[in-house]
Amino acid sequence: MEITPLLEAFFQKYSYDFRHYSEAHIRRRIINRMNVSGLESIDQMQSRLLTDEVFASEFLQDLSITVTEMFRDPGFYRSFREKVIPILKTYPFLKIWHAGCATGEEAYSVAILLQEEGLYDRTTIYATDFNQHGLSQAEEGIFPSKMMKDYTANYQLSGGKESFSDYYTSNYDSVIMNKSLKRNIVWANHNLVTDSVFAEVHVIFCRNVLIYFDNILQNKVQRLFHDSLINGGILCLGSKEGIRFTELFDRYTELDKKQRIFKKRY
Amino acid sequence: MRFEAIVVGVSSGGMNAMKVMFSHLPKDFKTPVIVVQHIGAHTDGHWIRLLNDKSNLTVKEADEKERIESGKVYIAPANYHLLIEKDKTFSLTIGERVNYSRPSIDVLFESAAEAYSNKLIGIILTGSNHDGTKGVKRVKECGGLTIIQNPETAESAYMPKSAIAASKPDHVLSLEAIAELLIELDKQI
Repeated sequence: MEITPLLEAFFQKYSYDFRHYSEAHIRRRIINRMNVSGLESIDQMQSRLLTDEVFASEFLQDLSITVTEMFRDPGFYRSFREKVIPILKTYPFLKIWHAGCATGEEAYSVAILLQEEGLYDRTTIYATDFNQHGLSQAEEGIFPSKMMKDYTANYQLSGGKESFSDYYTSNYDSVIMNKSLKRNIVWANHNLVTDSVFAEVHVIFCRNVLIYFDNILQNKVQRLFHDSLINGGILCLGSKEGIRFTELFDRYTELDKKQRIFKKRY
Repeated sequence: MRFEAIVVGVSSGGMNAMKVMFSHLPKDFKTPVIVVQHIGAHTDGHWIRLLNDKSNLTVKEADEKERIESGKVYIAPANYHLLIEKDKTFSLTIGERVNYSRPSIDVLFESAAEAYSNKLIGIILTGSNHDGTKGVKRVKECGGLTIIQNPETAESAYMPKSAIAASKPDHVLSLEAIAELLIELDKQI
């Protein structure tokens, strides 16, 4: 089954470009959608995508990964607190870009961490994603109560200093994050594949996004990150992501190799 | 080589099963082996190093974008799905759990069947969940060879039984016999 023509057609019609995503991943998503919708061939799938905009927007959701957690990989946040925060304290103001923020869990985590370290008042977090649906959820800041047990454990393991439940208000099955955490977060639609630099920032978080891209696209996005960071700026990737295989591997030093925290060279 | 890759799915009881199988494979075994073992989300790579010590082959965690090389055993990292691309490199994803599992055996097997078609061997070992059942069926549909651990010899019989029921496997064998068969197949040009 050849999926390239479908991705090409989808890009031409809707301007969302998945041509340089991991082929195996996209193929799996396409097959799932075909099964769910009872479509028998890739041609059927393609013509449905091009004629039915509701279906196309469902497909776009399929391709957007929103699996995330608060304080995901606590060891990473612990290292960020120990190794990055002292650097950030030397700046009079901070701009942080959270690229691919999905439903916002990690952006709220960073806001909490900065608040505890006394830095949040001078910070702006730009939390961006191409998935508008996810962004709206993120902005609401409402999460299922049943997740809070895991998030609290993550928070504590990450070196959290307060009681995690102070950061939200429970309401039956869901919790709402404190308004004060949202005050310095700007939620914005940005597509890493097709959009360009929009600000000069001190820190970029982009965790478990690049794994979905092929080499060509990884290099392109790494250039975008490099152009967006100030000299000495910090790049935080997912626990299995690196810059070793990209063109920019010599433009950074490793602040924490295991936790994938890099510092842009001067 | 008639076969270009071997994929293995294993769940509960997997550590012992893999120790037995990999300790039987000789140093000059060429076909790369790619494994999904169900494992807790926060497990570090310690058990992979342990397995490496017990094996004549290099056993390592699969890295994203890593090129698959002969003579190596690759293990899916905890909490990520492992997929194989057509250019024989790995992709990792954090998509939803499949069969309550991440990594999932079905996800690996289905992508491997696409990448290797009839040059693939799919193996299901001990386990207490039905992950891998769809995957092994797909391997077979694409012309690959399928081997299931004899449920009577498995620490946990559910997974091999489920795989056997869904598709007629080419072989149902004990761990030692699987290793012997693999060695024989590895020698074929």
